[in-house]
Amino acid sequence: MMMWTDVFILGLVLTNFRLLVTSRLAAVIQTTVFQAVALIAIMLTMTPRPWSLSFMTLSLITFVVKGVLLPWLLSRAMREVKVVREIEPLVGYSASVLTGVILLGLSFLIFIPLKSSASMGSDFLLPGALFTTLTGLMVIVSRKKALTQVVGYLVMENGVYAFGAALAVEEPMLVQMGVLLDVFVAVFIMGITVHQISREFDHIDTDRLSELKD
Amino acid sequence: MLVSIVLIPLALGLIILGLTALAVPWKGVRKGLLMTGAVSHAALTAALGFSRKDTFSPGDWIGLDAQGLLFLAVTSTLFLAVAVYTTGYLGRDSERKVKDAVEGFLFENKPETLFSACLLFFLAAMSLVCISRDMGLLWVAIETTTLASAPLISFHRHHRILEATWKYLLICSVGIAVALLGNYFLAFADPGGAHLNLDNLISGAAGLDKTWLKAAFLLLLVGYGTKMGMAPMHTWLPDAHSEAPSMVSALLSGALLNCAFLGILRGHSILGAAGLGWFSGELLVFFGMLSMAVAAAFMIRQADYKRLLTYSSIEHMGILALGVGIGGLAGTGAMLHAVNHSMAKGMLFLVSGQLLFIYGSKDIADVRHLLKTAPVTGALWLTGFLAITGAPPFGLFVSELTILKGMLEAGRWGIAAGYLIVLGVIFIAMARIMISMVFGLSFQEGSSGDASFNYRESLWFSWPVMTLTAVILALGLYIPGPLWTFLGRAAALAGGM
Repeated sequence: MMMWTDVFILGLVLTNFRLLVTSRLAAVIQTTVFQAVALIAIMLTMTPRPWSLSFMTLSLITFVVKGVLLPWLLSRAMREVKVVREIEPLVGYSASVLTGVILLGLSFLIFIPLKSSASMGSDFLLPGALFTTLTGLMVIVSRKKALTQVVGYLVMENGVYAFGAALAVEEPMLVQMGVLLDVFVAVFIMGITVHQISREFDHIDTDRLSELKD
Repeated sequence: MLVSIVLIPLALGLIILGLTALAVPWKGVRKGLLMTGAVSHAALTAALGFSRKDTFSPGDWIGLDAQGLLFLAVTSTLFLAVAVYTTGYLGRDSERKVKDAVEGFLFENKPETLFSACLLFFLAAMSLVCISRDMGLLWVAIETTTLASAPLISFHRHHRILEATWKYLLICSVGIAVALLGNYFLAFADPGGAHLNLDNLISGAAGLDKTWLKAAFLLLLVGYGTKMGMAPMHTWLPDAHSEAPSMVSALLSGALLNCAFLGILRGHSILGAAGLGWFSGELLVFFGMLSMAVAAAFMIRQADYKRLLTYSSIEHMGILALGVGIGGLAGTGAMLHAVNHSMAKGMLFLVSGQLLFIYGSKDIADVRHLLKTAPVTGALWLTGFLAITGAPPFGLFVSELTILKGMLEAGRWGIAAGYLIVLGVIFIAMARIMISMVFGLSFQEGSSGDASFNYRESLWFSWPVMTLTAVILALGLYIPGPLWTFLGRAAALAGGM
């Protein structure tokens, strides 16, 4: 079972690199579906069977929210604002990949002093989760289109969620549902705002949203 | 009983949305529901405050401790004032296409129903923050405040607002995601089993892993600090708080920043219980000092009076962090300061809304002879300035002095000196601006037709503002013994010593 966990973590890491090299928004959004699949697979392989009913419900809802609803919302927003690709990101694609490799290395380094105290199933889970979080941040900082930044937020949230999966959290079901609901509503409201921005400005380049300053 | 403080505003908000869906035409109903929400929330808070027990069984999700009650009471008072103000404001502002105050183009407002409903949802979310006893639930509540307030900020629909809303949504959501990571680190710190209940974490703090705890607090500080407007994560705050409608600014600065601070305080108490209070304390002192200095730098040459107020919020959040970080008497002072700042800043933002309405400009240079044009507004603006800069006899003077005394007691002379210098700089910067607005010491006097204002001041606006002013004044003149004890207890929860 644990070997499979590692395989899926590797998959999660690879989806991050795909995110860093693609310029087509459709592909960027599609990547979040792959991430959701990887996340669920990690959760399922880490949890010893028999699975409890609440755990299975949670996994199912996580998948529906992160793998189906949110990508659907994002691609609808993409069609509405009629933006197809990320032209000239602030950090170029090859530079992004290079940064990604460095971030991945960092993610492993950070957990060397912390590893001893955590009794995790897999040694790769925490670095993989942190790398996903950092990739999300990287996408938000280095891309200009508002929609790509929303995807960046979602990816970051996926990374944090993977940490939660690593805990096999004993958090109450209601709190976990609350986290999912918040993420869903956040992306939903961001999508609406992106739509309004595109209607008002005829573009969604966040670097050109710079009127408010001192 | 306790949970009804969240459920009542939530239900009323849903009713407002429902009535619109059923196309009920009466506008009065909506305003009535908003007022019902505010009044019942205040009454319930008072009832809960008097019937409160200070014991929690571990595993409770919600409960009202001294800190929670303090911030809940502040939120409730401010919301009541804002609700009264809003009932006057909505009638005035939303019927027609509105002229933008700064650039003069016409724009439409969002539906008023959504606005009223979101105000109530916002109140519900903030109440949930105050009563959470579970770090996970606290996180959910704080993220919900972001989502409920975003539509409030973008009530006016135009391009500057959209920019501000976008920054607010994205930067705060990212910040809060970092705080969630901090939550999970807290859970990792517990070798026994992962849970995030505050009481369990505090009672079992001695057994928690120190390295993970430190990392967790750092993440919580960065995450909730973003939402609280601590430098250097504050960049979104001046935009969002200055572009929002004024009563929303009042709520954001007066109530929401406190709620985010509560998230940091909870982390601080866990670290304090684990014997790491020095670590989190020093971090708070550092970021507090930094926030004050950054705010002062931006206030000196500020050209926009609403932005001036937002930087002042950053400054006061810095003072709160500083006081709590030093602990002891300074912690008690910080609790009092939280109350004072919320009242004063709420009041100032409500007045600034009135200025915007009278002068149609947010530029400091455009506002002259305020005392002559609108005597009541002018007097209130001047009072607010004296209060917020910590001049006697207002409450902020007492709390800032208490924090200073606490610093000296703790032997932190260097910090105390820096604190005084920054406060002095800010006083001078604000005095220069405020006095020129009120008395009109302008070089270009007579060049604009200021005298043509034909403006009648409305009571809807004045009453809530005057009430808030009275509270700040009362807190400056006399603080009853039980209140000191209560503030001390709230501060002791944060210090953990």
